[in-house]
Amino acid sequence: MNFYGLVDGSDASLKSYLNNLSGVDQVGAEARAAMLATRSIKTSSKRWAIDTAITMVDLTTLEGADTPGKVKALCTKAVRPDPTDSTVPSVGAVCVYNDMVSVARTHLDLIGGQHVPVAAVSTAFPSGRASMAVKIQDTQDAIDAGAAEIDMVIDRGAFLAGRYIDVFNEIVQIKQVCGDKAHLKVIFETGELVTYDNVRKASFLAMAAGADFIKTSTGKVAPAATPPVVLVMLEAVRDFYEMTSTRIGVKPAGGIRNTKDAIKQLVLVNETVGPDWLNPKLFRIGASALLNDLLMQRMKMDEGYYSSPQYVTMD
Amino acid sequence: MSFEYAPAPESRAVVSIKPKYGHFIGGKFVAGSKHFPTVNPATEEVLSQIALAGKAEVDAAVKAARKAYTTTWSKMSGKERGKYLYRIARIMQERAREFAVLETLDNGKPIRESRDTDIPLAAAHFFYHAGWADKLEYAGLGTSPKPLGVAGQIIPWNFPLLMLAWKVAPALAAGNTVVLKPAESTPLTALLFAEVCQQAELPAGVVNIVTGDGSTGALIVNHPGIDKIAFTGSTEVGKIIARAVAPTKKSVTLELGGKAANIVFDDAPIDETVEGIVNGIFFNQGHVCCAGSRLLLQENVAEEVLHKLKNRMEKIRVGDPMDKNTDVGAINSKEQLAKITELAAAGDAEGAERWSPACTLPTKGFWFAPTIFTGVTQAHRIAREEIFGPVLSVLTFRTPQEAIEKANNTPFGLSAGIWSEKGSRTLWASQQLRAGVIWANTFNKFDPTSPFGGYKESGWGREGGRHGLSAYLKGVSHE
Repeated sequence: MNFYGLVDGSDASLKSYLNNLSGVDQVGAEARAAMLATRSIKTSSKRWAIDTAITMVDLTTLEGADTPGKVKALCTKAVRPDPTDSTVPSVGAVCVYNDMVSVARTHLDLIGGQHVPVAAVSTAFPSGRASMAVKIQDTQDAIDAGAAEIDMVIDRGAFLAGRYIDVFNEIVQIKQVCGDKAHLKVIFETGELVTYDNVRKASFLAMAAGADFIKTSTGKVAPAATPPVVLVMLEAVRDFYEMTSTRIGVKPAGGIRNTKDAIKQLVLVNETVGPDWLNPKLFRIGASALLNDLLMQRMKMDEGYYSSPQYVTMD
Repeated sequence: MSFEYAPAPESRAVVSIKPKYGHFIGGKFVAGSKHFPTVNPATEEVLSQIALAGKAEVDAAVKAARKAYTTTWSKMSGKERGKYLYRIARIMQERAREFAVLETLDNGKPIRESRDTDIPLAAAHFFYHAGWADKLEYAGLGTSPKPLGVAGQIIPWNFPLLMLAWKVAPALAAGNTVVLKPAESTPLTALLFAEVCQQAELPAGVVNIVTGDGSTGALIVNHPGIDKIAFTGSTEVGKIIARAVAPTKKSVTLELGGKAANIVFDDAPIDETVEGIVNGIFFNQGHVCCAGSRLLLQENVAEEVLHKLKNRMEKIRVGDPMDKNTDVGAINSKEQLAKITELAAAGDAEGAERWSPACTLPTKGFWFAPTIFTGVTQAHRIAREEIFGPVLSVLTFRTPQEAIEKANNTPFGLSAGIWSEKGSRTLWASQQLRAGVIWANTFNKFDPTSPFGGYKESGWGREGGRHGLSAYLKGVSHE
């Protein structure tokens, strides 16, 4: 593997690559994100943003109490988010735990949702605390069951201890398991990496190691996909594209619960990395509650008033 | 697919602009004799007719201020004065939207900036100084500091209400009364402020506002009944004022021009630096005395920074100032546009390379696209003269020492910026730079607690903080 010619796979080359990155000024990054949050998105642009956001949702259920029935219901909703309105597009993917992948895939195929991929969280999600053998097996199982997207977690302990090469090698190995069968999203758990410098480092590390997407969080740790964290990741993706001509996707996940927050994310994309990224191939939003709010705002735009939450399906 | 932002105009309905205004003297609006128009620079629409104060009006205002000083304001306890200032601050917050809309209409600055920067900061200055009113004995300016008397205050058009607040709040907190003249092209928020003074039941004559042009300003400067002159504006006029007050007993503070160096070292946080460069020069259309108008880039990162800066500038939204998504609005006046155009042409003529992002400018009104000049040297006019517009001159340097020498090689010394992740370098550079305000890894940040003012031809004295307060008190150094 040549890692885009950025590193040679050795500890020394990885360290020099990461140490050469410019730092991130916390105050400046937060100020930029706050300024972009003031963008006022109304009327036709709001309508466009809502529909675009719907196509970007990775509709997610990651609970110990998940049942096949709940996953099937989620799949139905993923294909036709609003059963009363066929103009509402399908979501980006359905995201579930490993053992629910085959349930989801089978049900999606059954109801005409062949176009909706199943994403599986992998590598001992959410903690990442398992042996490499288990992580590889975990990923292989998900792919065998029909997952087209793998959301892996990095070993934050190794990253924070400065063992970047261990994190890098994990991503490389999981990418090999994915091969051309599954897209690889790499989850940083930015709430545990804490600093924007770390987020920027993790972004470049994961992209060089072969990530197709970089993703903020598991949804199990707060803070998660805050606007400045997403801004820093989008800047990394933009710089990486200039260096390698390769477009890497970004997936904020966790804490994006309403339309306003989702539109803020789209504004960040638009004004940081540009409109090329405003599609589900390069931008996803990991969420569960968000979809209903998008649907309610969409109804409001059509009908002029807010409906009761009972007019959208609970799951 | 593209994400076009639909127009998001702020409503104008919140303000009612009168067809004609008078002066605010002795707590009342008095009709003027002669009038001149104030226009919306984004549309050239005449907003209102503004009175031109002559000798009679200035005399009346000074007389009212003197009477209020002698009979009321200087006798009132600091605690009571503070109550009025708090009341004014609260009313400004309550009427913030009105002020923001009016400021944007009259000045041409984006509503986002008047809403999020000008008006909140103006209110903050009143809150801050309200707190000082009953604590002057503890400001370190002597055990019993006394007000100066009547202050004549002349303010510019770039931050009309904010500059009013910088002048009026400390003057009143210290026990002075004021005669204020807003800029010829932006008088409307000062006239709304006069209404706020009435609403706050401020004693008559404590604040007097006369409108007019340079001739009115000269009447104030030369008026024998005035004890202190506070001026913000061009260095050219500042020098005239300094000469005029030299043979008198008047105190004077001057906040004048600048040509700030924004210095980017090779270890700077690049993305935030680019934001800071943009904010440094394109904030308020570059109509900022402390604008980061000279960008000094360390040679080994110059190409990368310029590349990112140009990409970032492509995203700047220039247009209708009333649109909430506008980043850069209209140039304040035809005269200012002519000045910017002339200096930019000098940049071309002297061989600098001009670049602007693709942007469509409105056909009516006064507009200038965000512009950078590369290949600029110290010898270029655009590296020496204050352009006061959205035009950035880019120079490079090799060593930190060279950066400092270039930064200081100017008759001005108002502000400077340092971009570096290395604390020791930032501290070293800030000690070498001869500028009144130095920002590290940020730019154009203002706070009432922080003194603001210049070295050399950028002015005399400080505004804001304890230092600014001292300019309105007979303390240790102002007797």
